[in-house]
Amino acid sequence: MNLHGTKVTLHDMSLRDGMHPKRHQITVDQMVAVATGLDAEGVPLIEVSHGDGLGGSSINYGFGLHSDEEYLRAVVPKMQRARISALLLPGIGTVDHLEMAVDCGVATIRVATHCTEADVSAQHIGMARKLGVDTVGFLMMAHMISAEELLAQAKLMESYGANCIYCTDSAGYLLPDQVTERIGLLRAELSADIEVGFHGHNNLSMGVANSLAAVAAGAARIDCSAAGLGAGSGNTPLEVFVAVLDRMGADHGTDMYKVMDVAEDLVVPMMDTPVRIDRDALILGYAGVYSSFLLFAQRAAENYGLSSRDILVELGKRKTIGGQEDMIEDVALDMVKARGG
Amino acid sequence: MKTNAAIIGSGNIGTDLLYKALRSASIHPAWMVGIDPASAGLARAHDKGLKTTAEGIAGLLPHLDDDAIGVVFDATSARAHLDNWRALQERDVLVVDLTPAAVGPFCIPPVNLREHLGSGHKNLNMVTCGGQATVPMVAAVSRVQPVSYGEIIATVASVSAGPGTRANIDEFTRTTAAAVEKLGGAARGKAIIILNPAEPPLIMRDTIHCLTVDEPDQEAITASVHKMVEDVQTYVPGYTLKNGPVFDGKRVSVYMEVKGLGDYLPTYAGNLDIMTAAALRTAEIFVEETR
Repeated sequence: MNLHGTKVTLHDMSLRDGMHPKRHQITVDQMVAVATGLDAEGVPLIEVSHGDGLGGSSINYGFGLHSDEEYLRAVVPKMQRARISALLLPGIGTVDHLEMAVDCGVATIRVATHCTEADVSAQHIGMARKLGVDTVGFLMMAHMISAEELLAQAKLMESYGANCIYCTDSAGYLLPDQVTERIGLLRAELSADIEVGFHGHNNLSMGVANSLAAVAAGAARIDCSAAGLGAGSGNTPLEVFVAVLDRMGADHGTDMYKVMDVAEDLVVPMMDTPVRIDRDALILGYAGVYSSFLLFAQRAAENYGLSSRDILVELGKRKTIGGQEDMIEDVALDMVKARGG
Repeated sequence: MKTNAAIIGSGNIGTDLLYKALRSASIHPAWMVGIDPASAGLARAHDKGLKTTAEGIAGLLPHLDDDAIGVVFDATSARAHLDNWRALQERDVLVVDLTPAAVGPFCIPPVNLREHLGSGHKNLNMVTCGGQATVPMVAAVSRVQPVSYGEIIATVASVSAGPGTRANIDEFTRTTAAAVEKLGGAARGKAIIILNPAEPPLIMRDTIHCLTVDEPDQEAITASVHKMVEDVQTYVPGYTLKNGPVFDGKRVSVYMEVKGLGDYLPTYAGNLDIMTAAALRTAEIFVEETR
């Protein structure tokens, strides 16, 4: 694989996907410190929102320590070079949230849908484009459909006005060849001026390998997270990916030593528990289950005296998708009934 | 004697409503109104003995009096409803609006239908499918004690969410959240909708979370929830309490499944069934009480 001189735009997830392992309790000071550090080291894009996107603060996904607006108003003015992005899942957040985020100075809006449901995003992608911001279509749980089906959904998002389309491996299930196939087809068939991106989870330890495969297949944007802070066993660790890109001579535009320092000195101390591939996270990747379910399944297992792994496997069998956190307690209650109380 | 009714919109919802109305003891579906002469829905209605027009509302207006139409169901779109309502508002008919237009007040039969009787309202809005399925549960908690926050998550099969819903999903979340507050009685409401593409299609699932102001009275809330489930079951037999109420501090959670009757739409489309069943129920109670 020759990536010498290939330009890669890195997008940090630690303050959005990283909200999941933090149960959405990152403080404003922590947000500002990490974002400022990432900005100084040259990371061009940093996402800041509730883990489930703008408007995600809820019983279902967990209430945020602060509102999206409070985080954004604190972080955006502190940026020297980096642009702040925000995630929005139609069905959870609305265009009202999107307008608020743009008013806060967000420069990139990422509109996320389940990989087969792109047509719920027309309104939101259209509005982001109308407001003149960088507009990304984010197709989640992309392992559940073929590359051809993914392309059809990507084309819908392109038609609504997205200028970048992501293949999002929300379950950390994809293997490098599957990433190559999906990204390769998107790159070949979408208009040349549409960027392609990849968002990975490290549940099968494929974060870096999959991200490299994505770059080699034509992805211009790669989501990473300082110290890997993200749902499940986390996202592709930013500092590791930067080191690998550095060895390969790719153009990542960041200062590797400073990236390491932000991860080690700022993000690792924030972790409530180590973000690692424990057996539950491994099951997410193995069974293709949405990474954010991890802590909810562990909590339900504790409350009802069950195995979290059994709960996650059952959620996989029921073909749950992103956002269905409410089914976790429901599944646990069914399992309690099945064992006779 | 039954009251004659017209259905505007010969698509899936209008047809499912027609099938239900054909069994009604108090409503007689007399007219089906469409806009496409080649519509399968119009042909189906004609086969069932209804008069039909493909001229839209204009095709129905000359017959309202002659055919003694007392109820008009609107199963079109929010935009079309505005035109339909303009044409009908001076006429002596009850308009039951299944679109998200929300020109008239929200109506969820077991929660507030009685309040509308004798109110003079001639346009009642059926909220959203998620609202019909969840607001009764919020109300079941709030009639026992104050609810500071109500949140609902409606999960429907992808194939049961039509292009109208998809093009304006924010309308669903906003309208449903408003109904959680106004009718459900929660001080603050939030609504979430998930479209799941699993095959075979999943039956509609709804989760209702409430935060009570004080410690929840578990016994009274449990009894109230069970009573409300029975009330909804009178017109949606497949409205089933799967789990709960679960009590966790001040959180009260209820897990529902809504299976349709399979009249025209498949049984998994409980979200559509509960709309047509609620609309028919509303019309039936109105005509029975005002007769």
